[in-house]
Amino acid sequence: MIENVPYFCAGILVIIGLVVIVTKKDMIKMVMGLALVEAGVNLLLVATGFISGGVAPIFTNAPSTAMVMPTVQAMTLTNIVIGIATTALLLSFVMVISKKYGTRDVTEMRRLKE
Amino acid sequence: MIAETLYTGFGAWNPIVWLVAFAVAILLAWFIQRLGEPDIPGDGESGKSYISGNDEPSPEDGHIGGSNLYWGFTDAMKGYYARVVPLHTGCLTDYVLWFLGTFALLFIFIGVL
Amino acid sequence: MMDFIMANAPALLIAVPMLGAFALPLVGRLGDTPRNGWILAVTLITAIIAALLAWTVLTGGPVLYTFGAASSSDAIPADSGGIPIRIIFTVDAMSAFMALFAAFVGFITCLYSVASERLSSGKDGYYALMLLLLVGILGMVTTGDLFNFFVFLEINSLAGAALVAYRIDKGVSVEAALKYGFLSTLAGLMVLYAIGLLYGQYDSLNMAVIASRMSYTMLDKVALALLIAGLALKAGAVPLHFWTPDAYSMAPAAVTAFLVVASQAGLYGLFRVLFSVYGLTLNYVTVGWAVIILGVLSMVVGVTMAIPQKDVKRLMAYHAVSQSGYMLLGVGVGLVVLGDAAAMDAFGRTAMEGGIFHIVNHAMYKGLLFLTAGAIFLQTGTRNLNKMGGLGHSMKWTMLFFIIGALAIAGIPPFNGFASKLMIYESVFAFSPVIAVIAMVVSILTLASFVKVFHAIFMGPQQPKYADVIEVPRPMLVAMGALALLTILMGIFPEQIVSTVIAPAANALIDQSAYVATVFGGV
Repeated sequence: MIENVPYFCAGILVIIGLVVIVTKKDMIKMVMGLALVEAGVNLLLVATGFISGGVAPIFTNAPSTAMVMPTVQAMTLTNIVIGIATTALLLSFVMVISKKYGTRDVTEMRRLKE
Repeated sequence: MIAETLYTGFGAWNPIVWLVAFAVAILLAWFIQRLGEPDIPGDGESGKSYISGNDEPSPEDGHIGGSNLYWGFTDAMKGYYARVVPLHTGCLTDYVLWFLGTFALLFIFIGVL
Repeated sequence: MMDFIMANAPALLIAVPMLGAFALPLVGRLGDTPRNGWILAVTLITAIIAALLAWTVLTGGPVLYTFGAASSSDAIPADSGGIPIRIIFTVDAMSAFMALFAAFVGFITCLYSVASERLSSGKDGYYALMLLLLVGILGMVTTGDLFNFFVFLEINSLAGAALVAYRIDKGVSVEAALKYGFLSTLAGLMVLYAIGLLYGQYDSLNMAVIASRMSYTMLDKVALALLIAGLALKAGAVPLHFWTPDAYSMAPAAVTAFLVVASQAGLYGLFRVLFSVYGLTLNYVTVGWAVIILGVLSMVVGVTMAIPQKDVKRLMAYHAVSQSGYMLLGVGVGLVVLGDAAAMDAFGRTAMEGGIFHIVNHAMYKGLLFLTAGAIFLQTGTRNLNKMGGLGHSMKWTMLFFIIGALAIAGIPPFNGFASKLMIYESVFAFSPVIAVIAMVVSILTLASFVKVFHAIFMGPQQPKYADVIEVPRPMLVAMGALALLTILMGIFPEQIVSTVIAPAANALIDQSAYVATVFGGV
């Protein structure tokens, strides 16, 4: 049971992020919610790579126990970098819109509809 | 059997035959048009457009713009459009909710049924 | 040299446009002409590599490319316990077909941009993003690795969103870009969550390995629902289409024509996941019906929303939604009968061929239509149908190209839209007559709405306010002409296209075991 805690935490983080996205009106907070979803996904990815008692996969002088597959760590790092890029891009969009529209409220960003 | 024939499993479609038929129709149309008068007879007065005796409208008035077309269609489908068009609210929150709702429906469809 | 290119074609397909994108700020310092030459050369070389790769695949079977390995037979190292450690590109007929026309449309849209964006500022960023969008699309369609697929999906989304915001236009296009970027990022994260679930169970990211171990547990069902929802959003299927009209209408015309291909890469991902990763293990009747329902909703809602639109590009964007419904419908019918060999031979295969044929046809005629809309916007400064009129007097070539595109999208013979729609109608009629009738009614409404657009833009007396409007510059005409020519050629020779390209692509999707064997056999 205890080994499943990271997966539950990942699910809870994703759900918190989604709740933030759909309940907050401020666009910056919505982007923060998206970052929370991303954190939850990262946690899920990293948790899948956990081996109890495993060591880092460095072959020099390694003890002959189970090694951890480094794929998930690489995936998580990649996704963190991608997340920084998306968050920066979305925040810069919000910046331009709040300059031009004078608001960050998502319910007022509705010049394109129907 | 011409190589261009597309078999759909139930029928066939040959664009070349269609194009030949099209060319024959154009030839016929051209032939019929040739039977007519080559030019407008008289002083040119008869070449003007006749709109029930009214003057020809200015270019701005003479063109019916985009949203006036298919007024009848949209009016007849009013009940449908009154429901569907307001769904496109333009609000990002609603779009995210649609995404989550579709996921939930898909999951019920795939996982539960 | 030639052997080197042939042997490394899948890697070069990604490397060439990426190098082109990152070198662009340097080349751009030399001036406009070197930059235009660079961008056209890079996209043309990419298209040639894609054509070579497609030729290799169609003549010699699927190509396997293992990154960082001495030869592709090292796809699965001897001591790895049957798991490919390296990133593997699996290019089968479906991938090659998508890559080929994506690279071609990339070249055409860049050719168009050379003229249409000649007066804009910030061209270095614009072309760099166009090339990155091309990288994203080509990567999505050629990779055989799920996480790699996600990375290219994000490149695709980010480059696309940034391009939508390229003309700020008082902030309105940034609003469109924000919606597009936000929704595709959310969809991308859901796809990644599903990938994490699959990795946790099957210890691999390779699609073929996952396919060979797939046991369709509850977690797999969650992952499947997440993948379908995420990729259907990227493809713009109703009810996840809301970003489509915003992004398509506000982006520059060349970008819109390319974004159509970008969303079709999402559609490709959806088909790849359904057929190659899950395949026969999933409950194909239920999932197939889910895809059909998405398709029918897209067709009907897309076309009916298009009719009352006043913005010409917004109208065309709703038609793009409607047309992707045809592809979902055709392939969905194929999925429903996936396990039934008799029904598959009777109509399922034709339905899938029709759906896949429609993908490339749609990229051609929809790209053409968006490019003509961009030409009109460039010369008149408006997209509002109520303000246009009489342009047929001054923009004769654009009018001709518009007619070709409009007749093709409405499915009028002898243009290419008719050939693929005919295949879809007849095979779907054997499956369910009601859906076939819906598809035909949607086609009639499409024709009706393009008659409206044609009348509003081109017909009527010449308007005084557009008296000095002239035809667009030659590169734009050449780009539109190339697409128009292909639209006609693919309509006149449909059987050649179907038998050489489309049928192998459909087979590649249907035959899951061949896909798995490509990786395990170490071809």
